[in-house]
Amino acid sequence: MATPFPFELVAPDRLLFSGNVDAVIVPAIDGEMTVLAGHSPVMTVLKPGIVIVDEGKGTAVRLFVRGGFADVRPDGMTILAEQAVPVEELHDELIDIQIENARKAYEDAQGDAAKMAASERLTQLREVKSVLAN
Amino acid sequence: MPSLKDLRNRIASVKATQKITKAMQMVAAAKLRRAQTAAESARPYAERMDKVLAGLAASVAGSPTAPRLLAGTGDDKVHLLIVCTAERGLCGAFNSSIARLARDHANALLAQGKTVKIICVGKKGYDALRRQLEKQIIEFVDLRAARTIGYEHADGVAKTVLKLFDEGGFDVATLFYSRFRSVIAQIPTAQRIIPADVSGAGEVADTGGAVYSYEPGEEEILASLLPQNVAVQIYRALLENAASEQGARMSAMDNATRNAGEMIKKQTQLYNRSRQAMITKELIEIISGAEAL
Repeated sequence: MATPFPFELVAPDRLLFSGNVDAVIVPAIDGEMTVLAGHSPVMTVLKPGIVIVDEGKGTAVRLFVRGGFADVRPDGMTILAEQAVPVEELHDELIDIQIENARKAYEDAQGDAAKMAASERLTQLREVKSVLAN
Repeated sequence: MPSLKDLRNRIASVKATQKITKAMQMVAAAKLRRAQTAAESARPYAERMDKVLAGLAASVAGSPTAPRLLAGTGDDKVHLLIVCTAERGLCGAFNSSIARLARDHANALLAQGKTVKIICVGKKGYDALRRQLEKQIIEFVDLRAARTIGYEHADGVAKTVLKLFDEGGFDVATLFYSRFRSVIAQIPTAQRIIPADVSGAGEVADTGGAVYSYEPGEEEILASLLPQNVAVQIYRALLENAASEQGARMSAMDNATRNAGEMIKKQTQLYNRSRQAMITKELIEIISGAEAL
């Protein structure tokens, strides 16, 4: 039995999730990361992907985030998402729009570093789409 | 002395105006509720952002490699003022009080020999500042097409600002908007966003002595967090502004409706008096005509 800890997921326009959870799986920049109670404090950048929240009742809430930050503290965890949508509300078109935007950004990007960042983003979004399709 | 027909016309036109102001008040009330919810639901994000930023800023404070968005350029010669106002008028002193605050600020800076650049978000502020500070205005962002303020609008403004900053276009950026306190109180506010103002974020949460780890490094995180913070601050300002605008319009229109009601009352009284005077006059004419016979 895992110990629950407070977790919040906020996007600029709304608070998407707030409550005690058993575990949270986040798409951190260096790979997926599972956070349980008592995790050592960490702050990480997120890549576009799915956040899975285990509420401990055998149910999991899945939310799509488009980049952002996760802040793990001894007193709980907060995700500041650039944009977040519950997976149930997520349609293929929405992802397609994101991919389209990312592709445009890639074409407009100036300089190698910006180009790299844009192409990475594009790949990440495509990955999310393929995960969702299955 | 206006004729009876003139008075009747006047009353009818004031009544028509009153209907319009009444309708505008009700529309503003409905929009206010929506704008207020939007402003309130954006608050948690901005608050958490402040907290996270304060924690990070404390850990890199004083380091020579601290990002320029946090530490500043070390200069304060060129100031950028981002003035957020409404797209429409008829909302009392809302637009003019923001514009006045920005203008006073700009004049004070100019008097000190600093360079001032202005970005106007919203048509009304642009119109108000154009008369005196035409040369200083470098950009005008039009949000008239937007029905509701979205994060993407703020992000667009933030991108312009950050691009200018990266090119060395300014040293200090200040955001002007109206903070929504209540329907009758909106406070024009100036907020410094570049370099980021983290002093007001309050106590930095204690990590219980544990070592905070950062993935990737702190500076990489700050490098992506700070630009986002600029966008978030602008977003919050736009939402607070939207709520303030509707609040200001609601009370302005409420006043206008009440004034129109008063005017109708006065005009009706005048109308009735002159009607009675006319009848009395006609009676006197008939009676004195009959007596003369």
